[in-house]
Amino acid sequence: MIEFMQNHILTIITFLPVFGAVILLFVPREKDEFVRYYTLILTTIVFLISLPILLGFQSGTSAFQFEEKANWIPSLGIHYHLGIDGISLLMVMLTTFLMPIVILSSWTYIQKRVKQYMMVFLMLETGMLGVFLSLDMILFYVFWEGMLIPMYFIIGVWGGPRRIYAAIKFFMYTMFGGVFMLVAIITLYLIHYHATGVYSFDFQDFQSVLLPVPTQFWLFLAFALAFAIKVPMFPFHTWLPDAHVEAPTGGSVILAGVLLKMGTYGFLRFCLTLFPNVSTEFVGLISVIAIVGIIYGALVSMVQPDLKKLVAYSSVSHLGFVMLGIFALNVEGLQGGIIQMLNHGLSTGALFLVVGMIYERRHTRLISDFGGLAKQIPIFATFFMIVTLSSIGLPGLNGFVGEFLILLGTFQANEAFAIFAATGVILGAVYMLWMFHRVNFGPLTKEENKKLKDLNLREIFVLVPIVLVIFWIGVYPKYFLNKTEKSVEDLLKNRQVRQEQVLLLEKQLPVNFVLKGISSK
Amino acid sequence: MLEWIWLVPLFPLIGVIINGLFGRYLGHKIVGILGSTMIGLSFITVSIIFVDLLKLPPEHRFFTKTLYDWIVAGNFTAQISFLVDPLSVVMMLVVTGVSFVIHIYSIGYMHGDKGYSRFFTYLNLFVFAMLLLITADNFLMMFVGWEGVGLCSYLLIGFWYGDNYNAYAGRKAFVVNRIGDFGFLLGIFFIVVTFHSVNFQEVFGAAAAKYTIGAPIITVITSLLFVGAMGKSAQIPLYVWLPDAMAGPTPVSALIHAATMVTAGVYMVARANVLYTLSPISMALIAVIGVATAFFAATMGMTQFDIKRMLAYSTISQLGYMFVGVGVGAFAAGIFHLMTHAFFKALLFMGAGSIMHAMSNSTDMRMMGGLKKKMPITYWTFLMATLAISGIPGFSGFFSKDEILWQSLAGAYGNFWIWLVGVITAGLTAFYMFRAVYMTFHGELRAKKEIAEHVHEAPSTMTVPLLILGVLAVIGGYIGIPKILGGSNPFEHFLDPVFEKSLEIRHAAGLVPHISGESARVLELPLMGLTFVIVLVGIGFAYLMYLKRPELPGIWTKKINYVYQLVFNKYYVDEIYETLIVNPMAAISESFLWKFVDVKIIDGFINGTGNVVRGTGRVVRKWQTGFVQNYALSFVIGVVILVFYIVFM
Repeated sequence: MIEFMQNHILTIITFLPVFGAVILLFVPREKDEFVRYYTLILTTIVFLISLPILLGFQSGTSAFQFEEKANWIPSLGIHYHLGIDGISLLMVMLTTFLMPIVILSSWTYIQKRVKQYMMVFLMLETGMLGVFLSLDMILFYVFWEGMLIPMYFIIGVWGGPRRIYAAIKFFMYTMFGGVFMLVAIITLYLIHYHATGVYSFDFQDFQSVLLPVPTQFWLFLAFALAFAIKVPMFPFHTWLPDAHVEAPTGGSVILAGVLLKMGTYGFLRFCLTLFPNVSTEFVGLISVIAIVGIIYGALVSMVQPDLKKLVAYSSVSHLGFVMLGIFALNVEGLQGGIIQMLNHGLSTGALFLVVGMIYERRHTRLISDFGGLAKQIPIFATFFMIVTLSSIGLPGLNGFVGEFLILLGTFQANEAFAIFAATGVILGAVYMLWMFHRVNFGPLTKEENKKLKDLNLREIFVLVPIVLVIFWIGVYPKYFLNKTEKSVEDLLKNRQVRQEQVLLLEKQLPVNFVLKGISSK
Repeated sequence: MLEWIWLVPLFPLIGVIINGLFGRYLGHKIVGILGSTMIGLSFITVSIIFVDLLKLPPEHRFFTKTLYDWIVAGNFTAQISFLVDPLSVVMMLVVTGVSFVIHIYSIGYMHGDKGYSRFFTYLNLFVFAMLLLITADNFLMMFVGWEGVGLCSYLLIGFWYGDNYNAYAGRKAFVVNRIGDFGFLLGIFFIVVTFHSVNFQEVFGAAAAKYTIGAPIITVITSLLFVGAMGKSAQIPLYVWLPDAMAGPTPVSALIHAATMVTAGVYMVARANVLYTLSPISMALIAVIGVATAFFAATMGMTQFDIKRMLAYSTISQLGYMFVGVGVGAFAAGIFHLMTHAFFKALLFMGAGSIMHAMSNSTDMRMMGGLKKKMPITYWTFLMATLAISGIPGFSGFFSKDEILWQSLAGAYGNFWIWLVGVITAGLTAFYMFRAVYMTFHGELRAKKEIAEHVHEAPSTMTVPLLILGVLAVIGGYIGIPKILGGSNPFEHFLDPVFEKSLEIRHAAGLVPHISGESARVLELPLMGLTFVIVLVGIGFAYLMYLKRPELPGIWTKKINYVYQLVFNKYYVDEIYETLIVNPMAAISESFLWKFVDVKIIDGFINGTGNVVRGTGRVVRKWQTGFVQNYALSFVIGVVILVFYIVFM
């Protein structure tokens, strides 16, 4: 039994949630309380099971660990292939960590269709973990698209007044990008077959094929479009504010915390490694778009009247930093990018939780409806302050570590980019502190706010774990950096090698190579 | 004891944790005592370290203690590591010493405040961050403290957040400091790229070995770092936050916005003296900005009626002096003035706090007067501090300010104009300080009757700290008596090892003092005398205008009304920033970026596409057969066509 668990730990954490969702089918609809406890315990168990992955993770190697591989559709070369490395480890942990928190945060907020709500969240967890763990591209694609469905329902069923518009916008935007990715995956599959004579959708097999630059170019574009929409990068970001504003708190937390990371993860995992030459050529363009996103997101965030919209636009800014770090293409930038993905999940997730808590009390998110809350609900304000400071990258908290490494990496690659991007650090303080001021400081004027109750024990339990990790990463980031270091180093090294091989081949055998691509083996 | 250096910041941190988590249940008395005790323990630890350091021969007074690797990525490493040397010890002594006194003072001053435990938590947190800043042995850890003190400043300025203005003032401080920190951060990036390290010893060592005076990259680094100092130490053009920072409780103004945090920029320049010595351009920049700030802030101080704001401008002005000191290469003199200023300015603020305490929190000097009799301790200590800041011979400020002025003329980087403006500013300083003394303590009390009746001397938790600092404000200068007055300047000698390398660089480059030897001996005393005369003139004017003939200011300001209005309104700098930067940014963000680019263009395109699709859908609806197989077929065909196109075209 234990051996089975050890060998299939990734499968277990991935499918345990959806398995639990199936069991929920048999639970009577009106047993809301039971459903809540059940889901909370289940997601906590998934988190506990995922802990040995973190603890047992070998940071000295970049090879995939806890790997599982089995045939799925052998005739097409599709495998069931899971594995984890330094690139995905933190994302997986973030997902399993956030899930019980999200369930607990939805405890009283969700009153209608509780069972269905919990079910779609459990399905969502499977989808998210599947995306980060899949090493077969079809499997990846299935999870990638499959995950849209529960999220679509979360926004569309439990969302605000304009939920249908937001849900469809979200779905169409991401679907649109996804289709191009599918085409690119199939193309890669065929190229791989041409080059090796083997049918396979395996990521590592794809990696072994050297692609001529023009082919890389089109495939990169297809992948990049899908990922850029997900991140979202300017100008593909307009689905995000709508989705966030309409989504229930739990949906926003997962959306900001995990879903957006799939875009940046995709860039890291696939765009950088599969298309090394072209992704290098795109550094300038993507960096500029990322910087535009950083500044644009910050400025637009500054003038938002709605708290959730403000946080949503701030995500555009923060993820601009992540993209910038990834496309610095050096160890500092990539490591910073990965840490910042984790940071953003924690800080912005926590911000949405905090906003959700006040929304549950006041049924408004307009900043102008608040003011002086710190006097009435000091515990709320304290947590709000900590996550705000984490979000603006105060040294000693998590955000600084990520931002610093990203900017340092960028600076080493291109000084001008780093200088422009660093203005985002100033703007971050401007809009976040201004928002915090208008919500929590000043006189307590509104009658409705004078009766507000401070956070209860459940809500404190929701926030404390996140705050602890916020401090942990800020004070001792080495634990996390250590886990990602080797994978990042080797990723960059391999890119370099393959990049040179492609250039060399292009000189040696122009005709054949340009048409087909070739196996590096 | 040196290896126990980490205890120094640890004690305040313990205070933060206990008071922060449980302060509300502990009761005010325990909270106050706990907060103060922690700082006291820090002070004792520092004192032991100081004695231990003295036992070592001067060239061995250097010790680092590494706790752990903090950020490690690629080739970059930053450690949490502490540095003990004469400079950091002097700073630690000043910070923990003054902090301790102000903590005690706060027990009385904050008496009965609802946010009592929050106050002591923040105050302890501040000391913790400040100690990180000055004990850091690398730039990044220094930056942690640097932003950390900025955070505490933000929290404490807006401590009474129920008033929008206080919260605004805190936010302003943070944002303006962030602008400075932006420069500091870029400076660190250039350091990393140039030296592949952030560690002080490695960076300074490599800089001295590899670069000669005038290397452009060093100028870039040092001027960027100085941008950070402009923010933190409130120099032109980033000084605008400090006057508003007076919105915070007065002990905060005394501790953070006078004695300690705002001097961080001066400390940083002194710490990085090797880099600055290599860049005469940056040195000149610092000296010029310093003297300009000293002068302009003094003029603004002359017109203020709010006692705390007046002191704030005075602080900005005095910080300008310190920058003149370090900017002309007299690092020790800059630090010396930093220390004496910490004593007398903290004392002035605490005196102002004592007055506010007595006057029902009024800060308007026009409503004061004649407090001398009712508040003798406050009066006499305030007067001592005033004599010190004015540079009356024998008081602490005299020694430190004169050292700076002399070096600004005679030193290797000296310049006549800097010296001249500095001397004039000394006169202005004496004027506005005595103006304050006369307006508050002398003449008749102008307050309303119900306030006037309540005027009383502060409780002993407040007056004892006043007396302690009063003594220091008087005698604090005697550890740095210059040779010309028959002293041996032990303060400067103690700091010598820190600045040794800079001196070597200077010697190697042939940079020698402009005035030295015989001519120095002839000149120094008369110049000292000249400054003193100008100071006396300043005091004389104050006496004439605010005591002898109080109608004069009204008449004179009318004559130069335009100039007066300009100065009184602080040269409209806030308004200029507001109109040129803040408002346009908000307007563009809202009406152009958000409501036009986002909503009209991008979403307009998306929704437009949606509408086109819907319209087309109406037409092609007939193709919808409802058979899934048909859809699947067309989907597959579509994908196949695309794939073929991409692969084979």
